[in-house]
Amino acid sequence: MTEKKAGFLGRLRERLGKTRSGLLDNVKRVFSGRPRIGEDVFEDLEEILIEGDLGVETTMTIVEDMRQVTKERKLENSADLFRVLEEELAGLLEPGDHALNWTSSGDDPHVVLVVGVNGAGKTTTIGKLAQKLRAEGKSVVLGAADTFRAAAVEQLTIWSERAGAAIVKHADGADPAAVAYDATDAAVARKADCLIIDTAGRLHTKVNLMEELKKIQRVVGKRLPGAPHDVLLVLDATTGQNGLQQAIQFTEALNVTGIALTKLDGTAKGGIAVAIQKQLGIPIKLIGVGEAVDDLQPFNAREFVEALFE
Amino acid sequence: MFESLNKRLEEVFKNIRGQGKLTEKNMKESLQEIRMALLEADVNYKVVKGFIADVQEAATGQKVLDAVHPGQMIVKIVHEELVKVMGEKNEPLRMADSPPTILMMVGLQGQGKTTTAGKLAVMLKKKGHRPLLVGADVYRPAAIKQLEVVAGQAGVESFSLGENANPVDTCVMAGGEAQMRNCDVIILDTAGRLHVDAEMMGEVRQIHSAVNPTEILFVANAMQGQDAVNSAKEFHAVLPLTGVILTQMDGDARGGAALSLISVTGCPIKFVGTGEKLDALDAFHPQRLADQILGMGDIVSLVEKAQEVVDQEQALKFQEKARKATWDLEDFLQQMQQVKKMGSLGDLVKKIPGMNKMMPKGMDFDEDELKYAEAIVYSMTPYERRHPKIINGSRRRRIATGSGTSVPDVNHLLKDFQKMKKMIKKMMKGPKGRGPKGRGPQGLGPAGLGF
Ligand SMILES: Nc1nc2c(ncn2[C@@H]2O[C@H](COP(=O)(O)OP(=O)(O)OP(=O)(O)O)[C@@H](O)[C@H]2O)c(=O)[nH]1
Ligand SMILES: [Mg+2]
Repeated sequence: MTEKKAGFLGRLRERLGKTRSGLLDNVKRVFSGRPRIGEDVFEDLEEILIEGDLGVETTMTIVEDMRQVTKERKLENSADLFRVLEEELAGLLEPGDHALNWTSSGDDPHVVLVVGVNGAGKTTTIGKLAQKLRAEGKSVVLGAADTFRAAAVEQLTIWSERAGAAIVKHADGADPAAVAYDATDAAVARKADCLIIDTAGRLHTKVNLMEELKKIQRVVGKRLPGAPHDVLLVLDATTGQNGLQQAIQFTEALNVTGIALTKLDGTAKGGIAVAIQKQLGIPIKLIGVGEAVDDLQPFNAREFVEALFE
Repeated sequence: MFESLNKRLEEVFKNIRGQGKLTEKNMKESLQEIRMALLEADVNYKVVKGFIADVQEAATGQKVLDAVHPGQMIVKIVHEELVKVMGEKNEPLRMADSPPTILMMVGLQGQGKTTTAGKLAVMLKKKGHRPLLVGADVYRPAAIKQLEVVAGQAGVESFSLGENANPVDTCVMAGGEAQMRNCDVIILDTAGRLHVDAEMMGEVRQIHSAVNPTEILFVANAMQGQDAVNSAKEFHAVLPLTGVILTQMDGDARGGAALSLISVTGCPIKFVGTGEKLDALDAFHPQRLADQILGMGDIVSLVEKAQEVVDQEQALKFQEKARKATWDLEDFLQQMQQVKKMGSLGDLVKKIPGMNKMMPKGMDFDEDELKYAEAIVYSMTPYERRHPKIINGSRRRRIATGSGTSVPDVNHLLKDFQKMKKMIKKMMKGPKGRGPKGRGPQGLGPAGLGF
């Protein structure tokens, strides 16, 4: 069983206060009463993957692959097939750098720009991240470049106080690029270890707002060449197929380096992130499983796949 | 992957064109296509299953077998069935017989409850009500502050006992507060919560039984995927939801989650959110959402929106000009000015079927660009405006100097003009393979827009 497992799954179970069935039980449940591989097994599989938001295309590819493998390796036992499936999924998710590496060159801060659609969990993710970094003894500056949403600056300010991080902010309605520039300037001047810039949520279809983000990225780079070192796209795990469009548009506009997948403490599986990794090669770097500081976890492909079948 | 259902069905039916008849097997194939389209649109797997069965039944009963355009016929049936499921008409907000009306906003985190509460307040205020916005989210940092700011923007009263109070108390106290301030509608903004969080669900149930709201509105964003059924089901099990508000409908999500939400709650969708501003709340039109879920765009709302702001007479003139291809730079400029009034061109145009891809990149513009464009066009001679073809290099230099811009700016504008002209030509012809006749806005072709 898996009850001792630390990390994201462990944290998840702990939070939910439920004993979730372990993987073996799930194999049993998923292919319940179907030890032999037949058409119904593939149908079940399709249902699980679609309901996990992997999308029609990704699901069909995977199911097709499984059929292929079953034939080639002459698999008869659905438990064996399940193991192959896990491998395939983990294999899909593994490429790329899933760690957020805080590599600042010399005295310069490592700059992270955080973007995403409205309500995805950007500010909360930043708050949690700041607390984590502070706990590791790093100095952190936050840039409050969401000057649009009501009380967004106050929200980030509260997080900065909780974390013991500095914050750079302007008045509401100020130019977000100017805030980002000043924040970079301040982080460099203070020789801070990390700078995390919060931005207003925006739909990827709003051309002007996407231009605004490009400008933010540009001015940060102007003040500190090479920055931002990471652009995190925050994605709500309940997001359906539109998540792929989000990822496409945000990566087209910015140098997105990774995904922070939030709200995995619900029942949503976040499978669209699999499609995103598969089609765009953007790795998941962080997992949000709640609103407390410990609820921000590093990504682990295997655990993620396990959770997909919980 | 995201092509419209129509196009995919065209593929399916290409093989049987000429046979003129739908066989059971053909039908099966097209239903499979519809199934895929619905899944891609984020309708829940199990909901799709039930829905397809219904469609099959409806189709078999309807003698579609000798249809001339079997693809369109099927789409029509699916469309009708979708509309039927989503409720044929728009359901208004329920108001209490004797005030106060209490609206309780509930939902998952980050769905847009606070903004939507503000939008409802604006809408009700316009109708002569006096809403009181109540901040009961004590968990998310600065959530109450956000509600206060929103109330300020909406120009309505707000109330909260603050972050250290029990949200149940805040909601209960709001009753007396409303009476004192002479407010007749109370809008409770509760914290976002997960349906699996027993403690938080307990809290919201407590609020409900303490205040007995007139409406319990489940706020859900349109980008949700398969899990929408699970959260909605849980919320509905704990609270007798009375309506759904679908937010972030201004993006490009297909919005299939709406179908899931309706299926599991049985509640009507009362409003849709279409932007970040407080007036961006629209009535729900099942027809339009059905179009969108099937990937057929949103012509009706586009035309309606355009009609609100476009001068009808001028629109007709443009239409005529477009037909005769005499549409010139003066029209272009006026067009830009009108589109500005309508909101972003990009957002609007994306709602037209097939336009999303056709739309050249960078056709969106802002206030500054409009100023540039005005300066450039006004620096042209009237003859040049009507005959842009004659604008050669030396004329471009003159225009650039005259308008205080650069030659690349002038080039850019002329290029945009050409792009738009081309687009208009295409629109006059209408997008190919659009939905079945008899649906949609008859006689309100895109030309009615005045482009
Ligand atoms: N359950 C859960 N809630 C989360 C998680 N991450 C964020 N949230 C909640 O989601 C809501 C929205 O989060 P924000 O951090 O304000 O989202 P945002 O992307 O900054 O939102 P905008 O700035 O308004 O676009 C808040 O109520 C958060 O507490 C998570 O991992 N799990
Ligand atoms: Mg935020």
